[in-house]
Amino acid sequence: MTGGAIAITQRAASRRRRLLIENVQAYLFLLPAFVVLLVFKIFPALYAIYISFFKWDIVQGAFRGIENYTDILFGSRAENWWRSVSTTITFALITVPFEIALALVIAYLLFQKIRGRAVYRTIYYLPYITATVAAAAVFEYLYHPQYGILNTILSSVGLGPLRFLQEPTGIFEMIGNRFGADVPAWAAGPSLSLVSVAIFSIWHFLGFQIVIFLGGLGNIPVEYYEAARLDGANPRQVFTRITLPLLTPQIFFVFTIASIGVLRAFNEIFVLTNGGPLDTSRTVSMLVFRTFFQQGQIGFGSAMGVLLTLLILAFTLVQFRVLERRVQYG
Amino acid sequence: MSEVVLPRVSVRALRRPAVPPIRSSLFVHLVLIAVGGLVAYPFYYMLTTGLKDFFESITSPPTIFPTQGLHPENYIEAWSKAPWARYFGNTVLIALLNTAGELFTAVLAAYAFALMNFKGKAVLFTVLLATYMMPAEATLIPNFVIMTRLFRPNDLDHIAQGYLVQVLPFLATAFSIFLLRQQFLSVPKELRDAAVIDGAGHLRFLWSVVLPISIPALVTVAIISFYGSWNAFQWPLIMTSRPDIQPIQVGLNAFRDTARSQYHLLMAACSFVVAPIVLLYLVGQRYLVQGVARTGIRG
Repeated sequence: MTGGAIAITQRAASRRRRLLIENVQAYLFLLPAFVVLLVFKIFPALYAIYISFFKWDIVQGAFRGIENYTDILFGSRAENWWRSVSTTITFALITVPFEIALALVIAYLLFQKIRGRAVYRTIYYLPYITATVAAAAVFEYLYHPQYGILNTILSSVGLGPLRFLQEPTGIFEMIGNRFGADVPAWAAGPSLSLVSVAIFSIWHFLGFQIVIFLGGLGNIPVEYYEAARLDGANPRQVFTRITLPLLTPQIFFVFTIASIGVLRAFNEIFVLTNGGPLDTSRTVSMLVFRTFFQQGQIGFGSAMGVLLTLLILAFTLVQFRVLERRVQYG
Repeated sequence: MSEVVLPRVSVRALRRPAVPPIRSSLFVHLVLIAVGGLVAYPFYYMLTTGLKDFFESITSPPTIFPTQGLHPENYIEAWSKAPWARYFGNTVLIALLNTAGELFTAVLAAYAFALMNFKGKAVLFTVLLATYMMPAEATLIPNFVIMTRLFRPNDLDHIAQGYLVQVLPFLATAFSIFLLRQQFLSVPKELRDAAVIDGAGHLRFLWSVVLPISIPALVTVAIISFYGSWNAFQWPLIMTSRPDIQPIQVGLNAFRDTARSQYHLLMAACSFVVAPIVLLYLVGQRYLVQGVARTGIRG
């Protein structure tokens, strides 16, 4: 063997050794994070499915196969489940569009060359960083039928007093009743209680959406606006023809993340209404919590939790799809 | 792949004043002030009610400005009616442990994903992505079952376990790994090459080059983590039943029952529960907002 060949083999060997060391080192670097994720995230997610196949009232009971699921979807639990699903969808319908519209307008205004933008931005973001328990306690007081400021305002314009968080009647029914009209049950609308929670939710998350939209506005090339101005477009045309279409990715993103937020909403509902009155604000998250924690039905709760997770995952996947496309073409 | 996960919103863009012009800035201000007033009003109401006396706090109609003098002693009374010092201490302890742990695990893992080559990188990254998509709701019940089996968090003799159950599940998050990885990817390759020539290993390079230039991202992760611990509610609510180990939000929730209709005390308590996190926000605003803008994650 020539000297050169030996050198090459040696170099190859030392390269392999380096690679091996790098591999080992990388795994060591990953170890702490992955141990935690494995034990508290990956394993539990699978364990939840296992639990959901059992009768598990505080302690593990008999194997039930998919019976927990069939009971929830079609059987003895179906009424409660579908009612919660419908409440959750209603909750989404009365929060997400308003959240997005309001955040868009405010972000658009905040994006103008005006003084005090930093101050405005700080104020608008404040609710989002405030703990939901504390913030919800304040809203509970604002909504208070006797002492709350909202009823004072309403009565000053000849309305109310309303019971807000304690009012199970649908809002359309309430409006109808005021005008003496008979509103059929299917048109009663979301309970005032749920609407009150929704208003809290909009208040709480507005700042987050604004920041996302501000980011999107910043990504729109200045030239587009200049071109539009040269073409004599008025501000409304600029907004509807340029700003809005180019903000579509952010709007999709905010839509999915707000929908996920609704599916996950727990703290504010727990504090404001605890799912009541008459279960009119009992969203799916709340139902899961009640079933497993307050009623100790861990098997059923787990099955509902798995279904809730699937719902959230569906939105997450849509969101990732949208982001992916945006990256590819953006 | 990470671009899929983390929508890149230019942070610079947040600062750049820009174009679509609305003629009257007076109109803009009017709208912003009106809506801003509505947004800020609950805070004002909380602070002023916390300073009213009891009868004024339940006067109907409520007063906008306190008319019966200011009563800062409400704060002392509210403070004396619940073990707040304990709640605060617990929360700070849990938050610090969480933050330190999360930074430690995330820095190492993010470094490996960003700057090291190893077998199975793509697979492990996909696993990470999967855990990232997995909502907390998926693990709530099983973790409750596991933790109540392994530990006795509410046992007087095992107080450390009470804290452990609140810390362990949050010692690593896919979110912070992604965020730091994104940052570490931007470390110039030349720096690594230079370090290799100098004979520096990965740990050395990480410690003396990568970390110092990544401080803003580290602060972002730390603040978001600390903030998460401060506002944690559902998990400690189901895991803890004794004030000795309960964090602040659970304490505040319990205080709602104590205070009942003494809203002046409840609002005083809300004020001092909210105050530290608002201060942290005002100080670390840049980092928090950057975190949201960079990742689009809503905590």
